[in-house]
Amino acid sequence: MGMTVVEKILAKATGQKSVKAGDVLEPSVDVAMSHENAALVINQFNEVYQGTGIEPKVWNPDKIAIIFDHRVPAESSKTATNQKKIRDFVGANNIKRFHDIRSDEGGICHQILAEYGYIRPGFVVVGTDSHTTTHGAFGSFAFGIGATEMATVWTLGKVLNVEVPETIKVIVNGKFSSNVYPKDLILHLIGKISAQGANFKVLEFHGEVIKNMPMSGRLVLSNMAVEAGATAGIIPGDDETAFYLKEHGVTEKIEYVTPDADANYCQVVEINVDDLVPMLACPHTVDNVKPVTSFKGKHVDQIVIGSCTNGRIDDLEIAANILNGKKVAHGTRMLIFPASWNIYKDAMKKGYLETFASAGAVIMNPGCGCCLGVHQGALGDGEVALSTTNRNFKGRMGNPKAEVYLCSPAVAATSAISGEITEPAKGEL
Amino acid sequence: MAKVIYKFGDDISTDAIYPGRYMATVLPTETPQFCFADYTELNEKLKSGEYAKGSAIVADNNFGCGSSREQAASTLRGYEMLVIAKNFARIFLQNSINVGLNLITCPDIEVNIGDELELKGDKVLNKTTGKSFEIIPLPKARQSIVDAGGLIPYTRKILVDSTKK
Repeated sequence: MGMTVVEKILAKATGQKSVKAGDVLEPSVDVAMSHENAALVINQFNEVYQGTGIEPKVWNPDKIAIIFDHRVPAESSKTATNQKKIRDFVGANNIKRFHDIRSDEGGICHQILAEYGYIRPGFVVVGTDSHTTTHGAFGSFAFGIGATEMATVWTLGKVLNVEVPETIKVIVNGKFSSNVYPKDLILHLIGKISAQGANFKVLEFHGEVIKNMPMSGRLVLSNMAVEAGATAGIIPGDDETAFYLKEHGVTEKIEYVTPDADANYCQVVEINVDDLVPMLACPHTVDNVKPVTSFKGKHVDQIVIGSCTNGRIDDLEIAANILNGKKVAHGTRMLIFPASWNIYKDAMKKGYLETFASAGAVIMNPGCGCCLGVHQGALGDGEVALSTTNRNFKGRMGNPKAEVYLCSPAVAATSAISGEITEPAKGEL
Repeated sequence: MAKVIYKFGDDISTDAIYPGRYMATVLPTETPQFCFADYTELNEKLKSGEYAKGSAIVADNNFGCGSSREQAASTLRGYEMLVIAKNFARIFLQNSINVGLNLITCPDIEVNIGDELELKGDKVLNKTTGKSFEIIPLPKARQSIVDAGGLIPYTRKILVDSTKK
């Protein structure tokens, strides 16, 4: 029996010829990422060594990445103290892949790992963040873990007791309409298989739509795979993967991991995007997915464009083209937070930031804060947000009495002008 | 014996269990105060001790979906909560095992608020109704972490053994 991508990656990471779904393994880790929750990882890490007489020492500082993004700059003394503690640890352990609160290296962790070329096809990547699935877009096995589990990784360099997941094959064919984007596709898929449809499983993406999709779109699909419960969302490496990595300074030859023709899938989901329309994930679950037109005219108080899902330069370009020379409706506020400072500066050079500022949008510094309601951009009681982020759980943007709808950057920008939920016109973009 | 204090439906996220705005608080000794913070009455009765430690909450499918925040497990651990659901989201399940919060997967569970539950081997017994429901056991690999008292002691043993070689 052949192997899926995740089976091949885990076979290699454990030095075996073959593995199959259900096997329990302890794979070695290639990249271990944390953000501000490294503060808790440090506690747990020190706890592991307590009473052993062994000096605490991370297994390999070059495989650890730490990025400040959740509350930047710190919103409270508590956060600032956590960040200081992490900074001290980073220095003491000689961790070089550290991205502090700086406009020459900072940004949202998942964008930083991508644009700094830290990920390769075939890697085992763990992060103390559920959207670590993002890096499956590079053909890696990337999944979220908790802080205590990361302490184990820092100690031993491997994840203990990993059960090889079953794989759902997702085949996407057809052609997007001019107002439909990868975000609409992933919302459609989550709505179709449900928020738990891929729990404990891997989504492996195939088909002509995926083959022709640039990395920016692939990152959207893998990022939101976790919203269907998936452990990982893998897009096998191809020329686009190699092209992106080369563009981002990687000089070595890129080897791809592709599934065997006779690999065993627990389920196959086929999607044709010819008739796909702009979609919304409606309150309060990501799988409550409906066409944008079903909420046409609904007033929106806050529009958000940004995050590890849709805060890349392509997303800002789409929004800037729609907003160019237009105004954000009064009674609606618009927040833009690019996914990294490199994107911020690129958008500045291309004139997008000027377009946003002239339209009345507020440009925020790159970070996660608004998406999870921890730092700026909170909603008032009874308010409605329309956002390109990835979660709409009750309370997500800081207020359990508010509503969050999720959409593509095109829907967000179009709706900003009207102040109400509006489907972008076809062919105008 | 554990009294059922709350019943939840499907897809209770970690944002519901431990809202994001309290995430700067990380220590297991401090997280319990924000347990179900947006369920005001539940939160207050937990904090005041009106709901005794070791009480039970019962949920439908996909309990703990969403973020990887370990606070969602440690906040429940602080009340020694018995958490029973039809099934759990992956990261939350693993985090709970890692910090010593034992979760019970019980697809057919039927309870009402106030019922008294008891774990009897591979079954949950509802002492109020007299019915019992089968528990789906944890995979062996995860049970060994539970048996070690959590992932920290489990890892510590591997670390110490590796230096003896």
